[in-house]
Amino acid sequence: MARAHHDYDDIPGTFVFDAERSRQGYGINMFCMSLMKDENRKAFKADEAEYLKKFKLTPAQTEAVLKRDYNRMLELGGNIYFTAKLGATDGHSFRHLAATMTGATQDDYAKMMIDGGRSVEGNRSRTGKGKVGSILGEQGKPKAVKAKANPKAVQAKAGKSAKSKSAKSKSKAKRK
Amino acid sequence: MARIIAGVASSHVPAIGAAIDNKQTEEPYWKRVFSGFEKSKEWMAKTKPDVAIVVFNDHASAFSVEMVPTFALGCAAEFPPADEGWGPRPVPVVKGHPELASHISQSVILDEFDLTIVNKMEVDHGLTVPMNLLFGSPKEWPCPVIPLAVNVVLYPPPTGHRCFMLGRAIRKAVESYPEDLKVVVFGTGGMSHQISGPRAGLINKKFDTAFLDNLTKDPKKLTRIPHLEYMREAGAEGIEMVMWLIMRGALDDQVDEVYRFYTVPASNTAVGHIILENRKKAAKSKVKRAAAHAKTSVRRSK
Repeated sequence: MARAHHDYDDIPGTFVFDAERSRQGYGINMFCMSLMKDENRKAFKADEAEYLKKFKLTPAQTEAVLKRDYNRMLELGGNIYFTAKLGATDGHSFRHLAATMTGATQDDYAKMMIDGGRSVEGNRSRTGKGKVGSILGEQGKPKAVKAKANPKAVQAKAGKSAKSKSAKSKSKAKRK
Repeated sequence: MARIIAGVASSHVPAIGAAIDNKQTEEPYWKRVFSGFEKSKEWMAKTKPDVAIVVFNDHASAFSVEMVPTFALGCAAEFPPADEGWGPRPVPVVKGHPELASHISQSVILDEFDLTIVNKMEVDHGLTVPMNLLFGSPKEWPCPVIPLAVNVVLYPPPTGHRCFMLGRAIRKAVESYPEDLKVVVFGTGGMSHQISGPRAGLINKKFDTAFLDNLTKDPKKLTRIPHLEYMREAGAEGIEMVMWLIMRGALDDQVDEVYRFYTVPASNTAVGHIILENRKKAAKSKVKRAAAHAKTSVRRSK
């Protein structure tokens, strides 16, 4: 069955971990939980594909884990607080994973954060119909309509393209 | 009679805990963050609560996806720090207050808030980082703690309005507890941040500032923010801010903002912090409360 449409699907570059994804991603997340134990981290590292068989993942989920495609894991029901345990097993921090998911280099991402982070302008809504926050008052409103092209805007415009782009940027990052 | 005297809100970024544990607090990047809590530690040392109720969320430490309670109140005698993949944080075991916790759970459940009772729970950075920021790094935590874990990981978390009303019910519960206790409530998490997906790194200072402003003067406005707005404006993980509304609901309608701090970033996150005190004179209608207060002060001065 196709995934039901939700109002939050309009938020760009975001995979909301809802009940449907939670059900779909149970195996990924329980696999990640198992990595809290050192002996399991060692067993996974010794033979990743073999270790994953215990968790009844779909072929697509297995592939996403083996390739460390973090966006794809989220799309298939993983949650960041769980997948971060896989990151920690590889010796990576939350910030490292976040940078990886945006497709930016670690240095560029760190600089963006020091400079105040990614702006919400241009990043509110895929369709452009998303309303400006109710607590921001009248000031915020006209700006949102005329939102300028934002260099820090997430590249992914449509749901499907997010997947392929992030996969590409991930493989680039891996080579470094 | 027990009473809530103040509320504290603070982000609970894990990297802040790591900076403390790895003794990096004097590095310029971290000093910027920690210096914002110096006054808060002084305030806390002066305030000396008898009990702290800490509203936080678990990050796949105590609760996996096997069970996801919306509100879970820690009624145990102690809560050990969780191993989050790097070994447990070198912080003291958190001592609970099982008597007050049981009293609160009984009271709020009869007030129609269907809490989960937790008698065994490890606590992660979500709880211990704000404690470090407000209490420093002592050998033992200076007061017992009642943890209140809120699901903000699996969508949907409870609404802001529900959180606020739970805070109210907790206030009522605390005020019906016979022992003289000064209670401080912590709301933790936030502020704007997104750590997942291609939009990771989102920060919205305008939203955070408006949230802080309204937390003091018009919290009811904040209770009407829909989840979609939190996620759109403050990032997918910024929705944690609903937990601050439990703290705010536990306070009186009129509060004094005694301190505020805001800085960007700590790791992926905007760090926000605020201290709100109930107006002592606001107890005008509650003569009993004033009397209890007097009794406590006398006892303390002895």
